[in-house]
Amino acid sequence: MKDNKLITLAFETSCDETSVAVVSNGREVLSNAISSQIDVHKVFGGVVPEIASRHHLNNINYVYDQAMKEAGLSLEDVDIIGVTNGPGLVGALLIGIATAKSFALATNKPLIGVHHIQGHICANYIEHKDLEPPFLALIVSGGHTDLVNVKDYQELEVLGCTRDDAAGEAFDKVARVLGLGYPGGPKIDKIAKEGNPHAVEFKRTLLEKDSLDFSFSGLKTGVLNFVNSEKQKRKDINVPDVAASFQLAVVDVLVAKAMMAISKTGHDKLVLAGGVAANSLLRKMLKEACDKEGISLYYPSLELCTDNAAMIGCAAYYKYKAGLVDDLYMDAYATLSL
Amino acid sequence: MVEKFISKNEKQTEELGLRRAEGLKADTVIALIGDLGSGKTALTKAIAKGLGIEQQVTSPTFTIIQEYSGGRLPLYHFDVYRLEDEEDMYELGYEEYFYGDGVCVIEWADQIKGLLPKNTIYINIYYGSHENERIYTIEY
Repeated sequence: MKDNKLITLAFETSCDETSVAVVSNGREVLSNAISSQIDVHKVFGGVVPEIASRHHLNNINYVYDQAMKEAGLSLEDVDIIGVTNGPGLVGALLIGIATAKSFALATNKPLIGVHHIQGHICANYIEHKDLEPPFLALIVSGGHTDLVNVKDYQELEVLGCTRDDAAGEAFDKVARVLGLGYPGGPKIDKIAKEGNPHAVEFKRTLLEKDSLDFSFSGLKTGVLNFVNSEKQKRKDINVPDVAASFQLAVVDVLVAKAMMAISKTGHDKLVLAGGVAANSLLRKMLKEACDKEGISLYYPSLELCTDNAAMIGCAAYYKYKAGLVDDLYMDAYATLSL
Repeated sequence: MVEKFISKNEKQTEELGLRRAEGLKADTVIALIGDLGSGKTALTKAIAKGLGIEQQVTSPTFTIIQEYSGGRLPLYHFDVYRLEDEEDMYELGYEEYFYGDGVCVIEWADQIKGLLPKNTIYINIYYGSHENERIYTIEY
């Protein structure tokens, strides 16, 4: 049943996940289908390549069917069509965009392009029904590390971002060095619980005194140098200790910069988003820092932390409300500013 | 031709990148081969700066290709580590980049050796005897 609510059909194909969602009035998720959670391999009886755009092309119809079925709606019920149009891998983005455009053309409904980072922030609107801007957002994922001043739904200002590696990328690469496998974030989080976070004091890169930018490349190299020099001394590497020490170094920097941005902007709300928002130490230390300063901390549930189309549907809804509608000439952008 | 260059620190690496960027023409492919943490992205930053690109060059590991404009030539920065095979490069439409209007810098280029054009500039990066020391061999 629709009940006069605005229904958004949304697509997200900016990286590895193919996702289609149906969202009601922006914040109520009717379905959020993600390819990795559907047994696409079974459908095709073989291995589907992870990265190439044909992966999205193969998946998207199945994921769409799943999303509509779960939502219990038909295409006639859809009012708005939203899609991620950047940043990301152009070939991958184009699959979502071409699909969204086809639906927009066939149904004559408004098409809305969404910035991937704005989507991540909106994941929190879904999780916390009472959350309203203004607030400060920290987005940490495999591809992004951004501090964003969210002045209003459509008024976003990037205060800082990474100058080299994203935080999640550093987790993946260090996990590779330590032989922990992929994805690095959850693996390090888990094994770090058994280690001493003060075993190795890795250097924290804080950049210039007032900078809200991040740099994790030096820390990655620091871990690598440590592991190599221990190996040269024929010493065994204590993997939990190194993982815990590395994780603390990343989290220390993220917390320090987030709190610096809070004091600069004067916001009383901090919103965490992106895949690394699932990291238990980051949540714990941010909570402690926020409690101390009387700041409310918000973060989404695990399913809404990683890439998904529901967050894109939410963002598209608010853009539509603000009159920000695109046309069928909309393009995909590898790099796109907020 | 093979050149060898030893860099003691990041500043010297930057000088190397700036110098390499000077004579670059469109339709040039630079293959970077070196381990994790050897400074492939750091060298690319310097090449970008040398091309007059003001945008922040960040690691392309997640997105595989990052495009930068606004300089003397466009820069296409690849990280092909996550690709399973050369076939994936066709999906990315690599020919349009390799034989296009700009400079391609490819991290982990040894993974796609068979696709690299004949006139590719190969830069191998090795660790030196000190922590921050790197040895570059440049082949073209």
